[in-house]
Amino acid sequence: MAYLELRGLEKSYVTPRGTTRVLGGVDLTLEDGDFVAIVGYSGSGKTTLVSLIAGLLRPDAGTIVLDGAPVTEPDPERGIVFQQYSLLPWMTVFENVALAVDAVNPALGRTERRRITDELIALVNLTPAAWKRPRELSGGMRQRVAVARGLATRPKLLLMDEPFSALDALTRATLQDELLRIWGERRSTVILVTNDVDEAILLADRIYPLTPGPGAVLGPAIDVGLSRPRERRHLSLSPAYQKARQGIVEFLRACRRGAA
Amino acid sequence: MTMTRATTQRILLPLVGLLAVLAVWTVISQTIARDLPSPARTWDESRRYVLEPFFKDGEMNQGIGRLAFYSLVRVGKGFLLALAIGTPLGFLLGLSRAFHLAFDPIIQFLRPISPLAWLPLGLVIFQKSEPAAIFTIAVCAMWPTVINTAAGVRSISPDHLNVGRVLKLSRWKMLVKIIVPASLPYVFTGYRLSLGLAWLVIVASEMLTGTPGVGGFLWQEYNSLVYSHILLSVVTIGAIGFALDRLMGVVEARFRSA
Ligand SMILES: Nc1ncnc2c1ncn2[C@@H]1O[C@H](COP(=O)(O)OP(=O)(O)OP(=O)(O)O)[C@@H](O)[C@H]1O
Ligand SMILES: [Mg+2]
Repeated sequence: MAYLELRGLEKSYVTPRGTTRVLGGVDLTLEDGDFVAIVGYSGSGKTTLVSLIAGLLRPDAGTIVLDGAPVTEPDPERGIVFQQYSLLPWMTVFENVALAVDAVNPALGRTERRRITDELIALVNLTPAAWKRPRELSGGMRQRVAVARGLATRPKLLLMDEPFSALDALTRATLQDELLRIWGERRSTVILVTNDVDEAILLADRIYPLTPGPGAVLGPAIDVGLSRPRERRHLSLSPAYQKARQGIVEFLRACRRGAA
Repeated sequence: MTMTRATTQRILLPLVGLLAVLAVWTVISQTIARDLPSPARTWDESRRYVLEPFFKDGEMNQGIGRLAFYSLVRVGKGFLLALAIGTPLGFLLGLSRAFHLAFDPIIQFLRPISPLAWLPLGLVIFQKSEPAAIFTIAVCAMWPTVINTAAGVRSISPDHLNVGRVLKLSRWKMLVKIIVPASLPYVFTGYRLSLGLAWLVIVASEMLTGTPGVGGFLWQEYNSLVYSHILLSVVTIGAIGFALDRLMGVVEARFRSA
């Protein structure tokens, strides 16, 4: 059995103005340690899919199994970096991360939990800002805190919902590089949701296109045949990069033409 | 230091407004309401109460500072009681749908009842004027706290709640770490409005119970035909109400930016 298995996930939103069928049977299989990206247009249902895997929403149909156990509710074993930073504004950087560390390590002593929190903050290069509140931070710094918090529970699966889409291009590149480094240090299974094809290629092993809704499904995986560790500088020139990019873009274009 | 035009105006124009009110007051006291003391006469007859605010010539004749102190202590007690009841009530209303359905109609029903109606009831329940006054203040002043707290809880961003859900925080942790801090700005707006109401109610309740304080003094001086002291009381009530609101405004702003 695979590490993570999504089978036939369906989800519709019922509103007074009618029913929106967002996901129409999503299947996905991941092995332990995979880093995959899901790429799709805005509004295609990426956040909905992430919320289902996180357990924040219940699917209308289909199953989610992680490491042999069915997913029915949220759990710290599935860490999540939300699309909006959603840091708690009344807490400092340290407290935001400590909330997660303390939640999953109730048995550890105070100093030990503190050490883990400090380590995470150092991992995302925020030690000098540890005692600042989110509103005193730049967008890039806030998202670093969110990444640290997502990693804080040592999740079996880390879900990242367009983590860098609100950042300017330069900051985004910096954070992508940092994510590459962090993932190199603490390998975990990651699903990165993004609308940025280049980001997906730079970071992921495999890329799944999400067809534009309604009734979105995942298209065939496209393997990113790039070796690790990756370096942004050499990437865009390599043939593997070009091939992956073309594959994704053409698939999504074809879906849109088909729908139109 | 040179003053900009804007700051000059900010100081000058309120003074102009004040002078205009004093002028209207003077004119009224000279024409249509000859029993109304003019500003000058009011000041003349009130001078001792203001300049020696803490003198005490007996229960019925005390400096305005002393009277204000009595009123403030009473308001403080009533206000704290209002917060002690209103805050948990507001959280319950915001958190539990069942609780909301059960108690919201009754709250909407109790809210518009005037202090004048609660006070006699308080006297019946407590048999003494002091607890009756505090009861009245609390019952009238707690509603903004209740309603704002409940609104604050309901307006918590789902993202923030999701953070707690993903971490599987216990109910208690969820309350302490997320729900309470997220609703604090609303709660403090409620507190500010409640304090304003408490101060409104104090005058009525002191008048009806004849307890010493600014309101009691006002009513006593009306009955003794010392009309200038009515005006002294009115000005004092306004000044303290204004100061309290500003004070709570500062507290509120602190929590808003936190
Ligand atoms: N709570 C909801 N109630 C009703 N409709 C919703 C709700 N949440 C999302 N939708 C609709 O479902 C569709 C998919 O939304 P979703 O947020 O999953 O898209 P997305 O791919 O994450 O978009 P984006 O890239 O803009 O974040 C959209 O059409 C949206 O309007
Ligand atoms: Mg989204």
